[in-house]
Amino acid sequence: MSGLPHRAAPFGRPAPSRPLVPDAAAPRRRARASQDRILTVEGLSLGFGGAVAFAGIDLAVAAGEIHAIIGPNGAGKSSLINAISGLYAPQAGRVRIGEASFARVPAGRLAALGVARTFQNLALFKSLNVVENILSGLAGARRAGLAAHVLGLPAARREAAEHRTRAEAVIDLLQLGAFRARAAGSLPYGLQKRVELARALVAKPRLLLLDEPMAGMSAAEKAEMSGFILAARETFGTAIVLIEHDIGVVMRLSDTITVLDHGRRIATGTPTEIQANPAVIAAYLGADDEEDETEGEVKAA
Amino acid sequence: MATALPLDLARPRRTGAAGILLLLALAYGLVPLLGTGYLFEAILTPFLALALAGLGLNLLTGYAGLLSLGSAAFMAVGAYAAFNLSLRLPGLPLPATILLAGLVAAAVGAVAGLPALRLRGFYLAVSTLAVQFFVAWALNRIGWLSNDSPSGIVAAPRLEVAGLSFDDARGRYLFSLTVVAVLTFLAWRLVRSPTGRNLVAIRDHETAARIVGVKVARTKLLAFALSSFIVGIAGVLWAFAYLRTVEPAGFNLDRSFQILFIVIIGGLGTLRGAFLGAGFIVVLPLVLSRLGAAALGDGFDSGTLEMVQRIVLGALIVAVLIREPAGLAALLDRALNHALRRVRPRS
Ligand SMILES: Nc1ncnc2c1ncn2[C@@H]1O[C@H](COP(=O)(O)OP(=O)(O)O)[C@@H](O)[C@H]1O
Ligand SMILES: [Mg+2]
Repeated sequence: MSGLPHRAAPFGRPAPSRPLVPDAAAPRRRARASQDRILTVEGLSLGFGGAVAFAGIDLAVAAGEIHAIIGPNGAGKSSLINAISGLYAPQAGRVRIGEASFARVPAGRLAALGVARTFQNLALFKSLNVVENILSGLAGARRAGLAAHVLGLPAARREAAEHRTRAEAVIDLLQLGAFRARAAGSLPYGLQKRVELARALVAKPRLLLLDEPMAGMSAAEKAEMSGFILAARETFGTAIVLIEHDIGVVMRLSDTITVLDHGRRIATGTPTEIQANPAVIAAYLGADDEEDETEGEVKAA
Repeated sequence: MATALPLDLARPRRTGAAGILLLLALAYGLVPLLGTGYLFEAILTPFLALALAGLGLNLLTGYAGLLSLGSAAFMAVGAYAAFNLSLRLPGLPLPATILLAGLVAAAVGAVAGLPALRLRGFYLAVSTLAVQFFVAWALNRIGWLSNDSPSGIVAAPRLEVAGLSFDDARGRYLFSLTVVAVLTFLAWRLVRSPTGRNLVAIRDHETAARIVGVKVARTKLLAFALSSFIVGIAGVLWAFAYLRTVEPAGFNLDRSFQILFIVIIGGLGTLRGAFLGAGFIVVLPLVLSRLGAAALGDGFDSGTLEMVQRIVLGALIVAVLIREPAGLAALLDRALNHALRRVRPRS
């Protein structure tokens, strides 16, 4: 394993200069990465008051890539995704989404930029039913005005029909047909997670940010959800940033893995590289005694 | 107020449509034939105006989750706008007057909604309360608005459309019914449109709504404008068809609370809730006075009635909030579903 950092420096920039996409990666992926990189994060830093959530983070995600972000609880994974999606305002660094570059991503333009996300804690519209939740994922794609919809003008009717078709396609893909008329808030947790994924996917995003989509799921549910995530990439060609604690799942799904620890990026590489990385092993085997581990799986809070 | 409010009925749509047609047939066919002047003047016309106000407030508070204590102010804006339009533009047909009055109320509503871009819940409610007091103050201070009438009370113009007079009790009822039916239909189309979905999305999870591309600020202002449009027209009906005078006292803070109670008792986030709640509010004092007179005889005067009414209403609101946050609409749905299951054992 060449080119991987051996240990994060306790202070200062964590990652020595090295290509963000590891040299061990297949040439196919590297070619694609240089052609259309969908997300570039450069030197991004965020603190809350005095506390550092993350600092000096670099990240590159190519079109169609599944890029996992792992690390112990409190490592800054959710904060990073929240900053990328414009919910938190980072103090330094830039986020580039497609061609557009931001010091602070405008959350209201995220959908227009082709980015969708799910949340670590469920963020469904709980009184809307499943179909309505999924349709709401197309809020940013709406063109016909209110009057056209209220009066039922042809443009609005066409748009409504088209959106319904798209919602049905996602319902089929994620096997939600049996629940379409149920209020989202009345569904069991695992299904709510799936509806949230559906709501994000219906917009056919170029980039999908998933914050612990499988937290609290049984092994069978995780396998099912993994299948849905792969199907989503397959169907829509979406690049996916995936926060997940289950190392087995991460190894199976990811093209690239970035490891965060205490707000620093301590490694980026392919699953094989990450598994052999000493800094990662140190972070995951209790090198710092605040975290408790169970065989490579960091428990979600 | 943030409890899950199911929007879709389990009830089949065709039954719903048939029910509405039946209600309309009754309201336009049977009621005008059999009703008395008292029924039209004291019960049905105020019921329609209050139901419409409740419908408007429900768009804002029930659907979009934005609490307002300024409904009476928006009713007043509608009523005074309509009064001034008909006074100063004598040739303007009544439907146009009402439409323009609604638009004036909508504009005031959108401005009053600006704090909603920063405030929510209790703080937003307080800011709408300020609107209530501001409008009362303005009506008091700016004589021009009430054509410099010393008392601030002015007579409403006659209800006439295209040479047809709606000035008697039955006519004012039918006029109100038509306005309410048209606006309810439009509101129904609205809540089923993507905009209606956006309103609920903002109520249920504002951050997620923003992320999926809902224009949150614009949608909140739109909710205020649409709600105030309807509430403003309810104010026109209240003044022109029910009171037949335009006066600030018709639109005080008590009225704002009354409309909020209508929405809470009837069912937040449902259109039929406004009608159920308004029916309840209008019928309650009548029932209480009958019961009181039967129990106490002459000792039950209007002062006692007022007091008992307030106590009963207060207790009911607490009970509804605790036991059935989805209001009478939810009770009705359950009863209807039960009845339908009896009729058609397996659907
Ligand atoms: N909104 C916030 N306000 C203050 N501190 C926060 C906030 N969000 C996250 N943090 C802090 O930032 C750090 C990283 O948290 P988070 O990004 O949630 O970690 P992870 O998702 O990796 O578990 C934690 O110390 C957490 O307490
Ligand atoms: Mg997290």
